[in-house]
Amino acid sequence: MTELSEKPARTGSLFRVAVGHRTGVADPDGRRLLGDILDLGISGIEAVSVARIYYLYGRLSEAEAQQITRELLADPVTQEAQLTQMDLEKPAAAAPSPTGAWVVEVGYRPGVMDPVEASLKQAAADLGVAGLTHVRTAAAFTLRGSADGAAIARISEKLLINGTIQQLVTPESLPGLLFPSETPGVEEETVQLTRASDTVLQRISLDHQLSLNLEEMKAIQAYFRRENREPTLIELETLAQTWSEHCKHKTLRGPILYTEVVEGYEKKRLIPNLLKETIMGVTETLALPWCVSVFKDNAGVVAFDEGTHACFKVETHNHPSALEPFGGASTGLGGVIRDILGTGRGAKPVASTDVFCFAPPATDPAGLPPGALHPRRLIRGVVAGVKDYGNKMGIPTVNGAVLFDERFVGNPLVYCGNVGLIPADKVDKRVEPGMAIVVIGGRTGRDGIHGATFSSIGLDSSSETVSATAVQIGDPITEKKAADALIEARDRQFFSAVTDCGAGGLSSAVGEIGEITGARVDLEKVPLKYRGLTPREIWISESQERMVVAADAEQLPKLLAWMERRGVEAAVIGQFTGTGRLELRFDGKPVGELAMKFLHDGLPQLQRPARWTPPAGSEPALPAVQDLGGMIRRLLGRLDTCSKEWIIRQYDHEVQGGSVVKPIVGAGAGGPADAAVIRPRLSSERGLVLANGINFRYGDIDPFWMAALAVDEAVRQVTAVGGRPDRIALLDNFCWGDTTRPQVLGTLVRAALGAAEAARAYRAPFISGKDSLHNEFRVGERVIQIPGTLLISAMGQMERVDRAVTMDLKSPGNGLYAVGWTRPEWGGSSWWAEENLTGLSVPRVDFSEGPKIVRALAGALADGLAAACHDCSEGGIGVAAAEMAFAGGLGLALELKKVPMPAPIRQEAGILFSESATRFLVEVPAEKAAAFERAMAGLPAARIGEVTAEPFLKIVGLAGREAARVGLNELRAAWEGPFKEW
Amino acid sequence: MVKAAVLKAPGTNCDAETLHAFGLAGAQAQLVWVEEIERDPKRLDRFQILAIPGGFSYGDDLGAGRILANKLLHRFREGLTPFLKQQKLVIGICNGFQVLVKSGILPGGLAAARQTVTLTENDSGKFEDRWVWLKSDLSTCVWTQGIEEPVELPVAHGEGKFLPGDPAALEQLLGLGQIVFQYTDSEGRSAGYPWNPNGSVGDIAGICDPSGRIFGLMPHPERHLFSTQHPRWTRGGRPADGDGLKIFRNGVAWAKKHL
Repeated sequence: MTELSEKPARTGSLFRVAVGHRTGVADPDGRRLLGDILDLGISGIEAVSVARIYYLYGRLSEAEAQQITRELLADPVTQEAQLTQMDLEKPAAAAPSPTGAWVVEVGYRPGVMDPVEASLKQAAADLGVAGLTHVRTAAAFTLRGSADGAAIARISEKLLINGTIQQLVTPESLPGLLFPSETPGVEEETVQLTRASDTVLQRISLDHQLSLNLEEMKAIQAYFRRENREPTLIELETLAQTWSEHCKHKTLRGPILYTEVVEGYEKKRLIPNLLKETIMGVTETLALPWCVSVFKDNAGVVAFDEGTHACFKVETHNHPSALEPFGGASTGLGGVIRDILGTGRGAKPVASTDVFCFAPPATDPAGLPPGALHPRRLIRGVVAGVKDYGNKMGIPTVNGAVLFDERFVGNPLVYCGNVGLIPADKVDKRVEPGMAIVVIGGRTGRDGIHGATFSSIGLDSSSETVSATAVQIGDPITEKKAADALIEARDRQFFSAVTDCGAGGLSSAVGEIGEITGARVDLEKVPLKYRGLTPREIWISESQERMVVAADAEQLPKLLAWMERRGVEAAVIGQFTGTGRLELRFDGKPVGELAMKFLHDGLPQLQRPARWTPPAGSEPALPAVQDLGGMIRRLLGRLDTCSKEWIIRQYDHEVQGGSVVKPIVGAGAGGPADAAVIRPRLSSERGLVLANGINFRYGDIDPFWMAALAVDEAVRQVTAVGGRPDRIALLDNFCWGDTTRPQVLGTLVRAALGAAEAARAYRAPFISGKDSLHNEFRVGERVIQIPGTLLISAMGQMERVDRAVTMDLKSPGNGLYAVGWTRPEWGGSSWWAEENLTGLSVPRVDFSEGPKIVRALAGALADGLAAACHDCSEGGIGVAAAEMAFAGGLGLALELKKVPMPAPIRQEAGILFSESATRFLVEVPAEKAAAFERAMAGLPAARIGEVTAEPFLKIVGLAGREAARVGLNELRAAWEGPFKEW
Repeated sequence: MVKAAVLKAPGTNCDAETLHAFGLAGAQAQLVWVEEIERDPKRLDRFQILAIPGGFSYGDDLGAGRILANKLLHRFREGLTPFLKQQKLVIGICNGFQVLVKSGILPGGLAAARQTVTLTENDSGKFEDRWVWLKSDLSTCVWTQGIEEPVELPVAHGEGKFLPGDPAALEQLLGLGQIVFQYTDSEGRSAGYPWNPNGSVGDIAGICDPSGRIFGLMPHPERHLFSTQHPRWTRGGRPADGDGLKIFRNGVAWAKKHL
């Protein structure tokens, strides 16, 4: 741990160590970068090499610096190092670039967390070198070729430097980098509020990035008039954080005047609390005994195994990822992991999920709005961020999806989820007056200031610079240490309550956990990364890897001793009081005070108008498909459907040893699993099933059905792998555009209604959820709204993991059954998207028959009647059948006229590519066919074909003649195509 | 009863399943934190097996395994030297293998402790989680005795490419029977990427010291203890025990017999 020393006299020595690859050793970073440069459309660069740079400062002899270099910094087989001594006071001019090459050296900005710093100091101490006090790292990129200065500047800006967190490193910049932020912060200011006019109130909100509207500012004004004083900025910030859309969900929980236009007539209705009426209402009416804790903690909790509950949470981190994809995505995952750690008295994370929406990777760079990162860079950065944090935490990332649409340019969606296990007796938190408030884990810096309020406004081309501090940098190892120590301390009863520091930092965490009692915080006691933070910055910083716990007098010394033993920083920063007030002090001096009641309940309710009008237009005629096989290949190769193996393989999806059904299953190179099955306790046979339903395209026609279909899809996936349909817990994550526009809010209301109705039908309760509004990107006057996107995440259960079923075909001669009705439903389908059509005939869920189908099928699967099962989603039966075939390395012969249809569809593509809900393809061995048919009696299920040994998908058309024959290798190549070279 | 210490550093993350593996193999396995050994290197005395599991010890700062390797050499030596003199067993898995190589304990042993080989970035430039076939037909390693047919284990790493410092190092490993596992196809043949998932020279996936008692490998035997961990288990025909369990059983059986 770094010590906060007095301002150093700077009498130490400074060394620069450059570590590069030996000649002939592969440099994958350089190679990747060269590819990225070509992607940017810049030619002339022939080779790129990357060197790690370490600046070492302290009372160090040259011999010691050499020893550090030799033993710690350079690998003797692959690397070589160059050590030079520098003069900090008189930095020499930058080393001249080698001829024909440009050298760009990039490091973190002053104050940005650099985890290597502490590691290197500790390792040097292990070596016996105690004098190393300051470390800074950088990367030096050497670009060889004939590019000019302008090209290098462009490469630097687009690929090498993220200005939000990084800068060029020059000898002149070194003092500032090694000794950052020693200028003390500005004194806390009082804001003249009580007599301000409406215009001034609005300006105050804008100037201080409070993201509070006029009504909210007026409520605050009234409060301080009653208190008879002016507020300090720290008080306004506390209110702004707590009242942010991100923390309070005021749109979904506030009153909405909803107008729906039905056949030309307006139907108006006041919805007092949308969330309560829809999502939470389902859970309340179902009142299922296995729901342990819903909608009140950091994650929803359900009963799982003997003495063990499971909890689940999905969060979004869209805006930070738009600006800095690696940091945004990694801290998105880090944040949701802390939600699990902060559930009850701490749950142990066992699996992660992630779902992303981007603009297509082929987006023309020239057409990109200013300020938006190119989707290729976003995709790579986001994946790298999740990979880095998840793998380093040792939590398997087991399930996910990636979808694409032009409207996500500038505002991608990054959903990160985490599942944890918690002992049944550790679900309740206890906070009492007199308990200490302890912050555990990472230190506090200026990173991530205004994250909560920033996420509650739209993005535009200036967001990159204005919101620089809103981006956070993750350090998974600090979180891993804190997580391990916290779970151990939990089991030893060393604390009584815990919550995470997420959006709003300490202000939200302490405000939340101390809501009933009140709390007093001495902000100078918060451990800092560097000096000079103002009390306000300390209070609202969103520095990562911090947890807040409550410990009574007996627990506290044990807790602190335990954390010290594990090398995890813990500091008492205040006390829970009993006054019902939030009191903030700095060096004993009061800097802010608010009534908890006002903080939590003082938010004025604003009635918002919402309006939904069904889309105009008419249903297009069915497009003719000449080449059915060709269309199957095109649909397999759509970005939403195609293989995401390049992502999946980069995630450690097997750590912890609980993997049962992996993301890719089957013979050879496999195919896409419907859901993940894990066995989180190696000593038990019980399994958790993780799945997700998402398809914003249906929402372009009707968000009600989009939402119902998302629930249906999640339920289907859980069922398809053998999960119990009566133990499915759901999460909702709404990512929407600017809901101050009635049309946008109208689609949200309709989606919430659809999600609730489907969940009620399936008796699948929602246990937690989250919304992210204001997802839009402004380009001058033009606003790019994202399509309203609802992610439904499902956590199912199974009694015995060895009963799990996968989607790959198993054996020639087995029958293939289609389960569920195929209807003339093509609106929003992949097929029609491929034909540039949207249409109106969006699939509908049969709320009465759907659950019956799922229950019957689940029974058949549990009885071992199926060899394989796959749900039909994008691309319908055609895509599902193709995937089953190439995943199993076996052929399939289908007869379209045998597909169960309530009314015959007279066009082959119409049957193959309909996306009707609640459908499955099931492989059934001949000896089990009778039992399977009995299990499905009275429901739409028919044997439509047979598994064959010939490597073809063969489709017999309505006229009884072969309508398509496609080789398995061609199908696989189409599915693997788009991201094969990533 | 054979006692196995599973070493935990900040960032170690395969400790729970490694403990479980030793338990299934009949040992009494215990988690031991690096700090505990730093405080008292003699704590190692009570164990017959030291396992360094996978993960990202110290966040891979300064390179995978480097910082823990440095600790083994400078903070553990007092305990590790007698431990190895008494012919006790060591297994390093994934990050643990990187630690053993970076410290030089593999392939030459603690006395030499000079790094002569390395594990570096995969040729693909990416972290990869995938299942591989491994053959073991050349080695004297006590951990893999009796493994004659190719076995299947998963790898999950970004820096697992085995690279000798010079050709002589490779010859020597071969000559002394120190090459324990090589990546192959299902028939035991050298087959290139992705069967060799990282571009390792000589398809090398695991090596041991000349005594055969110190073993390091990139693949994860602790992730293949049961059939349901295998990627194709739903296709049937697999024994209940996974291929990885044999390795732990070998180590525990050897320790029981000799220590």
